[in-house]
Amino acid sequence: MGLFQQLTEKSWIEEGVEADPRERAAPAHANGKVGLWVFLGTISSLFMLFLSANYVRMGYPDWKPMSEHGLLWFNTGLLVVSSLAMQWAVTAARRRKLNGVRNGLALGGIFAFAFLAGQLLVWRDLVDQGHYITTNPANAFYYVLTALHGLHLSGGLVAWARTFARAWRDHNVFDVRLSVELCAIYWHYLLGVWIVLFAVLLIT
Amino acid sequence: MIVAFVLLLVVIGSVGFHLISPWWWTPIASNWGYIDDTINLTFWITGFVFVAVLTFMAYCVFRFRHTKGHKAHYEPESAKLEIWLSVLTSLGVIAMLTPGLFVWYQFITVPDGADEFEVLGQQWMWSYRYPGKDGRLGKTDPRNVTADNPFGIDTADPAGQDDVLVQGEDLHLPLDRPVKFLLRSLDVLHDFYVPQFRAKMDMIPGMITYFWITPTRTGTFDILCAELCGVGHHAMRGIVVVEEESAYKDWLAQQPTFAQSLAKANAGTRRVSTLNAGGSVR
Amino acid sequence: MADVTNRDIDYVAPAEVEEEELYHAHSWITKYVFSQDAKVIAIQYSLTAIAIGLVGLVLSWLMRLQLGFPDYFSFIDAEHYYQFITMHGMIMVVYLLTALFLGGFGNYFIPLMVGARDMVFPYVNMLSFWIYLIAVLVLVASFFVEGGPTGAGWTLYPPQTILSGTPGSDGGIVLMLVSLALFIVGFTMGGLNYVVTVLQGRTRGMTMMRLPLTVWGIFIATILALLAFPALFVGAIMMLFDKLLGTSFFMPAIVELGEQLSYGGGSPLLFQHLFWFFGHPEVYIVALPAFGIVSDLISVHARKNIFGYRMMVWALVAIGGLSFIVWAHHMYVSGMNPYFGFFFATTTLIIAIPTALKVYNWVLTLWQGDIHLTLPMLFALAFIVTFVNGGITGLFLGNVVVDVPLSDTMFVVAHFHMVMGVAPLLVIFGSIYHWYPKITGRMLNEGMGQFHFWVTFLGAYAIFFPMHYLGFLGVPRRYYEIGETMFVPDSAQTLSAFITVMTLIVGFSQVVFLFNLVWSLFHGEKADPNPWRATTLEWQTPETPPGHGNFGKALPIVYRWAYDYSVPGAKEDFIPQNMPPSKVSGKKKTKPRRAKRK
Repeated sequence: MGLFQQLTEKSWIEEGVEADPRERAAPAHANGKVGLWVFLGTISSLFMLFLSANYVRMGYPDWKPMSEHGLLWFNTGLLVVSSLAMQWAVTAARRRKLNGVRNGLALGGIFAFAFLAGQLLVWRDLVDQGHYITTNPANAFYYVLTALHGLHLSGGLVAWARTFARAWRDHNVFDVRLSVELCAIYWHYLLGVWIVLFAVLLIT
Repeated sequence: MIVAFVLLLVVIGSVGFHLISPWWWTPIASNWGYIDDTINLTFWITGFVFVAVLTFMAYCVFRFRHTKGHKAHYEPESAKLEIWLSVLTSLGVIAMLTPGLFVWYQFITVPDGADEFEVLGQQWMWSYRYPGKDGRLGKTDPRNVTADNPFGIDTADPAGQDDVLVQGEDLHLPLDRPVKFLLRSLDVLHDFYVPQFRAKMDMIPGMITYFWITPTRTGTFDILCAELCGVGHHAMRGIVVVEEESAYKDWLAQQPTFAQSLAKANAGTRRVSTLNAGGSVR
Repeated sequence: MADVTNRDIDYVAPAEVEEEELYHAHSWITKYVFSQDAKVIAIQYSLTAIAIGLVGLVLSWLMRLQLGFPDYFSFIDAEHYYQFITMHGMIMVVYLLTALFLGGFGNYFIPLMVGARDMVFPYVNMLSFWIYLIAVLVLVASFFVEGGPTGAGWTLYPPQTILSGTPGSDGGIVLMLVSLALFIVGFTMGGLNYVVTVLQGRTRGMTMMRLPLTVWGIFIATILALLAFPALFVGAIMMLFDKLLGTSFFMPAIVELGEQLSYGGGSPLLFQHLFWFFGHPEVYIVALPAFGIVSDLISVHARKNIFGYRMMVWALVAIGGLSFIVWAHHMYVSGMNPYFGFFFATTTLIIAIPTALKVYNWVLTLWQGDIHLTLPMLFALAFIVTFVNGGITGLFLGNVVVDVPLSDTMFVVAHFHMVMGVAPLLVIFGSIYHWYPKITGRMLNEGMGQFHFWVTFLGAYAIFFPMHYLGFLGVPRRYYEIGETMFVPDSAQTLSAFITVMTLIVGFSQVVFLFNLVWSLFHGEKADPNPWRATTLEWQTPETPPGHGNFGKALPIVYRWAYDYSVPGAKEDFIPQNMPPSKVSGKKKTKPRRAKRK
């Protein structure tokens, strides 16, 4: 049933339940997946608001754009690989190949850690070059946004660690499939967020 | 029964209170009679809805209260009634909004030839600056603020030298001339508010905000700060005197210009740190 | 209207409901303390919210004492006064109302009303409460740090919030911001549960349009909260950076008491936009659950279906959507671009239309009803009075030019207390009288309840109705004392003293209510499982109070909407949602529901 039909239903006229008992026996989507999507809605709101604050603050005369750091391109590459590896794990899970799941997860995790380490390196470099957080609002936004993104990725790594542990312990692919999918969705999402942040940084 | 009666009493009491209340707005002293008119219009429309809805409710409570054997009517919805009610409500909303927006347009459109002057807010006092003979206010920057230059006027800007500074004194305004208030703050948010003028606007450090009025009667009025600005917020008062233009000009001529006050300060005759005067409130 | 005669469907056996991986408590601690049962979490949320709400109540007495009798209480100095108003506002809006409606009512009633055994993520739900508790404790801690809690006003406008001219600008504000950030994190965890449970956890036959409006109200409010709270989070984080690290997100160049600060270039208005992007939806986060609940109270106690159910749902959705594009009506005199005023005044007044329709529908539900003047009904009626009053003063403040003289005066204080203080609180009281029998198995004492109702309703109205007129007079809000002026007559002080006396009376009548809550727990009359003869699922549980898992062995199956009251021809004047059509002898024109799948 479409959303419009659902919301215009004259529910006082119809009585009874669907004759088809399968109708609501199991929801169409897993709870975890719907939960993740709702959660992504919330963080989208968070990042969008931060970016609009960034946009407004840019309009003030003291804004001096930051020079882009070459390592950021490399870090972006790391995150892309991490995301691809997660997708590999998902595909393997669908084909019920436990080894593929394990390898994909391991690779995804390692590259995510590498990304975070790379981000920290950029931070250290910037501080060495005298780009402190108080130097300029552009710096401040850069540090806050990257920190926020990094924190979200770290949170994802907690979920990843649990999934990874289960993938090693369990021998049934079916049990971990949902967790792997959720991790992958979250990874892709954070990759998307990072690309937007990076683009904003490049443009300004 | 008693419930319906009390509900009705609440309606009658509210309307009665409104009619006999001695607390009503202060006699207006500016050109913004339109604002009062818009409020009155809003009162009529919303007051009608208030009385109608609540009287109807009281009637329902009286008429359809539970009695033995009474059964409610079954009626899920009535599209016709709901459409009618939406249309009527929309009309009411349009009737209030349209004049409101017209008056707002006037409120934010300063007439050509309005006199400009500046109100400076800081914790917790008001100061004023008039443009002087050249009719232009000098540039300012909070970075320039020192004990001798409390307004932060750019000393390099010639337009600033003849600016007339008013500190620790009442504000004077000429009668019947449109004035544009340029509002500036050095520290936190303030809000320049004179109840009789009906107008008010926040003052934001780093920005210049404005509003305009034409004073329409002579008199002495309170200036209040209407945006919480710290522990001395309630004590941030001032006085504005609206007077005939000639009296106003005499008063203005007695006030020191920026150049004069700087010279005085440099001479070391009178070193008053006006900036710290506000600190005594705390 | 389809005129299909009723063709009874045979009773459909419940679908095999797997014993889901339901959480089972193994010890006293996991059952009552670190519980994952939504009902226990709901009670934990409610008690915590009420406890901190009492602090907010006492703060309001203190501030009213100062305003009513300015020279009598030497221990209330300006610094304390501003701290009281700030903490009162923040506590009441966020830590009491939001937490009670969503964390309390949401947790208890969503699973019960949609026919689920529990929330979908019980563990996350438990975390939500504990983080909320920590947020409350951090907030309380700010009373005890040096300098006390922040006195910046609940709006926390920079720059003054973090400058030394404001009380509590050191430890107090930092703890406040940290507490808010924690609250938001905790709330997000709970909010995910409420939304996903409504979307996923509904039992068989419970379509969206068969949901009681209580669930709809909480559902939409939660969605608003999930999207709006991030704005406050962003503002809080950036302000923390400005305060602790010296960034200039919001801080322009400032000369504070003659001293140049190292800030520069920031935008105080940016914070205001962020704050109100959260702040206005927040009003509806409090109001929408009240709208939903009051619809159900009126319907049950007037023995009549809610009039225009579909319109009520659409109005909730419309109000929720519009609430995101009206925020700057709090900023008409903030110095923002004045041309924004045209847009925001228009959107604000448009939002009045769905809101007004809701009011009409509540009143029309009473028309030709069978009104039982029970306590929940009384509170619902009182809600309508205060809400209509507070709603129409909103039309004053929303109409940009009318707002100019009234903003930042006592008119605003009176308006928002009436519309989002008194009105939702009356609904909370009404719903406690309504659901207490289900939650505890006992009725609340009627006599104490009547006393509580009349004092609260008439008292609160007598507090806030006249207060508007102080605003017309021009008395500004957030004033420690108005002192000597040329425009405020002495009689205004008399009115202020009257308001203070009423505040104390209404405040103390809440003690009677709290006593009633405790006394009735032990001595209240034993309640029927369904004392109000209501149709919704929470009243159809096999046990009262509902046991763990809510519905015993089999989940209920829903055959009808939530408002089958006084159906023509039916024996009883209500038909529970889980009553199969074959067992009802109604002559209502209905049609059997067909499978919509191809």
